Amino acid sequence: MTDQVLKVQKIRNGIVIDHIPCGMALKVLKILGIEGDIGSTVTLAMHVKSKNGWKDVVKIEDRYLDERELDKISLIAPTATVNIVKDYKVVTKHRVKVPDVVKGIVKCMNPRCITNQNEPIEPEFKVVSKDKIIIKCRYCGREMDSEDIVENIL
Amino acid sequence: MFKGKDIVSIRDLREEEMEKIFEIARDMIPIAKGEKREEYLRGYVLANLFFEPSTRTRMSFEAAMDRLGGKVLGFSNPSATSISKGETLADTIRMFDAYSDVIVIRHPLEGAARLAADFAEHPVINAGDGAGQHPTQTLLDIFTIVQEFGHVDGLKITLMGDLRYGRTVHSLAIALSYLDAEVHLLSPRTLKMPKHIIREMKKEPEIHERLEDVLEDSDVFYVTRIQKERFPDPTEYMKVAGSYSITKEHVKKMKDRAIIMHPLPRVNEIEPEVDYTPHARYFKQAFYGVPIRMAILALVLGVIE
Repeated sequence: MTDQVLKVQKIRNGIVIDHIPCGMALKVLKILGIEGDIGSTVTLAMHVKSKNGWKDVVKIEDRYLDERELDKISLIAPTATVNIVKDYKVVTKHRVKVPDVVKGIVKCMNPRCITNQNEPIEPEFKVVSKDKIIIKCRYCGREMDSEDIVENIL
Repeated sequence: MFKGKDIVSIRDLREEEMEKIFEIARDMIPIAKGEKREEYLRGYVLANLFFEPSTRTRMSFEAAMDRLGGKVLGFSNPSATSISKGETLADTIRMFDAYSDVIVIRHPLEGAARLAADFAEHPVINAGDGAGQHPTQTLLDIFTIVQEFGHVDGLKITLMGDLRYGRTVHSLAIALSYLDAEVHLLSPRTLKMPKHIIREMKKEPEIHERLEDVLEDSDVFYVTRIQKERFPDPTEYMKVAGSYSITKEHVKKMKDRAIIMHPLPRVNEIEPEVDYTPHARYFKQAFYGVPIRMAILALVLGVIE
């Protein structure tokens, strides 16, 4: 057997989320709500060699992402790229972009925050750091990192 | 600059805005004492919405409004209002916003004042939201120091007692660091200043566990109450509380011009004998709550520019 082994199969239609920081692939699946059988093939590779070190890769067949989902991915995998594949070809390729303000996609982890009451408002956060993601609640000021975000995704 | 402005967090204010508030507050002192009569706020109505008990803050806002000829409506016990029927805070605010010119809110949940500011058209002043912000307290604390020393920068200021749960010390520590004070923190290990507050400070504070380390060279001692309920074991509480309280013996070792402050209520963290020493400033500090709040009300209502 040679070193050249195809570790992850190509997909026909769907998305390839590439350049996910090492160890975050399962969390990417979690925030996309993929926790059981979704009826199409999901391939996951962790600790894959890449040009600049190591990465995780997720491939999901017959699934596309909306803006909201892209924003969610950006918060836990800011270096990720999302490739849209049609007929085995990458038709578009874009890097996720960490927004300046995160609205309505994460809830505040502070149980004493007013946004966790029955009030007519959407939780809103300011992104205070984009390299190592830190968001700050506009209401109570609580700061949350990627780990906290995964646990509180809406 | 101030008309219509919400004062939700001390971070909403730039240094020159703080100085403006202090300048107006100085002019308000004789009115706050009742030595001079002015009716800047005649015809204005303040909604004083206290969703949790408070004595000093609520009464000093009332006194501030009364002294300037304005009227106050509101409540200090939400169980007597429609909130107890399940009304949202947003709706309560919309209603009082329609009845008044300015809203003061104290609420047990963090972020409540920001929410109120989102829904009210009139200015909202945060009078404390949960463990969060209490900007008018921070302003009167800094004003007390400025009145005494003329400046804040370079002063060695020790915040002591319960730095973990004490709401006033959080925003004060951040504000003092931005005003270039040398901040020292003194607390039992279990009641240390939270890391996220230290992260927000401009300069890393010095951390101590013994009063003796800061006793002889601090300019300001800001003492806070250590609450019994924070300790499951009452003997542990007695031990800890004793080592973070100021006695007459301590005062003898302080700098001549050092001052002792406390947001009050005090229980036993400052011995009553200390009240009669030239270092005690806590009652004066409490009085400054009135001129500071008069200045804020007059500025956000736009009657003084």
